[in-house]
Amino acid sequence: MNVVVCLKQVPGTTEVKIDPQTNTLIRQGIENIINPLDSYALEEGVRIRERYGGKVTAISMGPPQAEEMLKEAISLGADGAVLLSDRDFAGADTWATAGTLAAGVRKLQQTDIVICGRQTLDGDTGQVGPEVAEMLGIPFVAYVSRIEEMAEGYIRVQRMVEDGHEIIESPLPAVITVVKEINTPRLPSLRGIAMSKRTVIPTWTAGELDIEQDKIGLAGSATRVVKIFFPQRDCQAEILQGDPESQAERLVSKLKEAGLV
Amino acid sequence: MGIRIELDSCVGCGSCVAVCPFDLLEIVDDKARVKEGCTLCGACYEACSYEAIQIDAIPEAEAASDSHRGIWVFAEARNGQLKEVAYELLSKGRELADSLDTELSAVCFGHDIAGIDRLIAGGADKVYLVDSPELNSNAEDLYTRQMVELIQQYQPEIVIAGATSLGRSFIPRVAAILGTGLTADCTALEIDNEKRLLLQTRPTFGGNIMATIICPVKRPQMSTVRPRVFKASAPDAGRQGQIIRVDFDREHITSKTRLLNFVEDITETVKIEEADIIVSGGRGLGKAENFQLLEELAAKLGAALGASRPPVDEGWLPYSHQVGQTGKTVCPRLYIACGISGAIQHLAGMQTSDIIVAINDDPNAPIFEAATYGIIGDLFKVVPMLIEKLKAQ
Amino acid sequence: MEHFLNDDQKTIKGLARRIAEERILPVRAELDEKEEFPWAIMKDLAEADMFRIFIPEEYEGLGGGCLGLCLVVEELSRICSGVAVSYAASALGCFILMDYGSDAQKQQYLPDIAAGKRLTAFALTEPTAGSDASAIRTTAEKVDGGYVLNGTKQFITNGGEAEIYTVIALTDKSRGARGASAFLVEKDTPGFSFGKKEKKMGIRASSTSELVFRNCLVSEENLIGKEGMGFIMTMKLLDRSRPGIGAQALGLAQGALEATVDYARQRVQFGHPIIAQPVVQDMLADMAIHVEAARALVYAAARTVDSEVKSFTEESAMAKVFASDVAMKVATDAVQICGGAGYMKDYPIEKMMRDAKITQIYEGSNQVLRNAIAIELRKRKARTE
Repeated sequence: MNVVVCLKQVPGTTEVKIDPQTNTLIRQGIENIINPLDSYALEEGVRIRERYGGKVTAISMGPPQAEEMLKEAISLGADGAVLLSDRDFAGADTWATAGTLAAGVRKLQQTDIVICGRQTLDGDTGQVGPEVAEMLGIPFVAYVSRIEEMAEGYIRVQRMVEDGHEIIESPLPAVITVVKEINTPRLPSLRGIAMSKRTVIPTWTAGELDIEQDKIGLAGSATRVVKIFFPQRDCQAEILQGDPESQAERLVSKLKEAGLV
Repeated sequence: MGIRIELDSCVGCGSCVAVCPFDLLEIVDDKARVKEGCTLCGACYEACSYEAIQIDAIPEAEAASDSHRGIWVFAEARNGQLKEVAYELLSKGRELADSLDTELSAVCFGHDIAGIDRLIAGGADKVYLVDSPELNSNAEDLYTRQMVELIQQYQPEIVIAGATSLGRSFIPRVAAILGTGLTADCTALEIDNEKRLLLQTRPTFGGNIMATIICPVKRPQMSTVRPRVFKASAPDAGRQGQIIRVDFDREHITSKTRLLNFVEDITETVKIEEADIIVSGGRGLGKAENFQLLEELAAKLGAALGASRPPVDEGWLPYSHQVGQTGKTVCPRLYIACGISGAIQHLAGMQTSDIIVAINDDPNAPIFEAATYGIIGDLFKVVPMLIEKLKAQ
Repeated sequence: MEHFLNDDQKTIKGLARRIAEERILPVRAELDEKEEFPWAIMKDLAEADMFRIFIPEEYEGLGGGCLGLCLVVEELSRICSGVAVSYAASALGCFILMDYGSDAQKQQYLPDIAAGKRLTAFALTEPTAGSDASAIRTTAEKVDGGYVLNGTKQFITNGGEAEIYTVIALTDKSRGARGASAFLVEKDTPGFSFGKKEKKMGIRASSTSELVFRNCLVSEENLIGKEGMGFIMTMKLLDRSRPGIGAQALGLAQGALEATVDYARQRVQFGHPIIAQPVVQDMLADMAIHVEAARALVYAAARTVDSEVKSFTEESAMAKVFASDVAMKVATDAVQICGGAGYMKDYPIEKMMRDAKITQIYEGSNQVLRNAIAIELRKRKARTE
């Protein structure tokens, strides 16, 4: 099986705190990591290779420093990686990102399955996976919680829905997004770390991909951000005073007033 | 490229650096400099007191189509039952349609769906109904193709759907095929009348930062909205509307994937999203066994049991109880948060509850900012007292 | 304090720390409570290639040597000594094979050990033979095609869980210490069974059991090296592995120190955190100094083992004695500083004190080792006269 895993490098925390005095961001020591939900995608890819043989390639669209994250992917079991990086990719919305990733996957050729994480920590839209599928013209299944069986041109999966799960079969190649219930990602191995130091990760620029200039980056995005603001939370709670007994009493009387007890 | 620093005006104060959510500004040699990847969001422009930042509107490659009109709401149904989110979106859609002075339509796929006229009472002027046994289970491939066909035929300017597991997986595919913009998990929708634009606001960075997004050129402008973000208004039985039955073209609309089986998950007796009262526990509970205390309180109140993410990650409670960004969004009449600090990701899932009670021993816990009533104390003392007082009622 | 580790060593240490914090920390209290062998963690260590560190490259290892092993043991022990010793003992159980085994024997066993598929154990101690190792009674009688083992081993770490055992038995009772030989015995060999699993004060996640040999036949191929080499190989083995015990003690002391500082910073009495009290500061400073000294000694001994130096009995004994005494003192002081909370099982400190004690006892009790060090001193003085 030729597996391609889409990874995104994200800031190490979403705890982007706001200084209440100045209403500005406090950013200390935020390093970049593999989007946590993508780790499950990578782990599943490696498990597919362990079970069925083949190759796992990690792919990412990002700035040059995303190469670090791709090296980490190799230490976690990916056989190779490729970075899609170009000034012109910057500022992309999910649609332009999906187009770029799809062009990267096409260039890799002979892919049996593309695996993405359910959503990212920073954008959290969960849109790139399904959009890549449509751009590649291949089937798509979301929220996969278990791969039951794979064979040449065929996959059967279990996927989560709100009130239970469904069993879906699909031809391959296909794109799937996975949820964290699917596995427990492994830690890097020493040989993996050694290999990641040796592996050369190619960077493909816009010119090397088969995609029109007007479909990438900010220019290729269908949406634009027009405003950024920090959510105001200025309602303060009414603090019920006293010892636990009086606090409980006061609360019960409030709830009675509201007709809840 | 659309953003410029006027070096003469810039004093290198760094205010812009602090507000950029994407960390794309830096001070070099006492002057601000923009790194690659700027999305022209304008946060720095607002922050600069020296008018040293210029942002040019990007000239759009084309103008927005003038022929797209009307607002559509995808009215999701499962097994013949319309979901609540349909009515929530119709209420909002009605507001937006009135603002744009245009029609609101509901789009419905399924088989033998009960109560279609309630969609009209809920605000729709038209209902596009595609009825076929094949559409009964949510066959996403079929939904995707059918939706694309309808949109291409009738050309709405705005399409809104619920950010349910169905919505979040097939709507992006529709957007990709149509080559248009989609904004997921919106928490607010407004209209810019002048430009006939939908202003889509959504949380990013786990809810720490809100972004307002537009789709200036491509049509339709598409959004998904989480259930229980908007409230459904009271139905108006007197409303008039039209139900348009569209034939399901079995030949043309096919699916590559096949649903073999659906297995229902029957774990909780009270479904947390439907509960009027929720008692919820966080990391402050300490261990799995301590949830028994909350179960007792919940039983006394006839409430469902919820949890923030840490107890679920620790395995103290199954995922179906998780409230928050990566869990369920709830909007009960009463939400009691015990030992929950109130991280943004959790608040995202419950802050619209009618009454929020927070019990936490940390007076600085952010939950107190969202709560209606706060009790600063040891939950292991307060909750038993609460149970006692309720017994005495 | 900077110890100038190279990149590979830093990688090993960093990865071991991650495994310890992400996989061991959440379960250490439960493993201790239930006396459960940490199989899941052994699997995590195997997947991360940690068992390859002490195996030479020719046998699918990474050839990391003694310092590499010590760095891993230190990091694991900082979180849980019981888990750390389960890993370390598997190194102990295959060193004799590695140093004296034939190529065929090494090919047969080492790759699986390197992959962490099979754990090992070293079996010397018997009811009659602890510090006095030469008082062992287990015999290995030469018969046609092999040896028949008879006897009982006591207090064997990884006993019952390991699959491969390096057993020291007497092939020639008349020659005393020179009559012992080393054998590889696999679990499930007929005549080889396990006796009781001990209930211990500390390192309760580690499995300590009796091995029982009743007419257990092993083939000639299972003899490692030559007959009669048993004790010499054992002495060399223990010299090699003692820095590892030093590392176990060191890691524990480090963990205890960190937990105590954290506690002292937030425990407020008399209006101030107790870390503001001079008596507490005094104790903490001494703890910190001793931990650093132990680290320096353990790393120096490990580096010596890895170098061309032929004999390092003294160095490795010193590292083990010092680090284990430090661990016991630091852990005890840790409980003292944490006070009532330190005594309660809700906090991880009391476990560290229980875990520390054994490091002063096994692999050569500190009394025996002090004797050995003194003998070396005497020898040296005698030579310069």
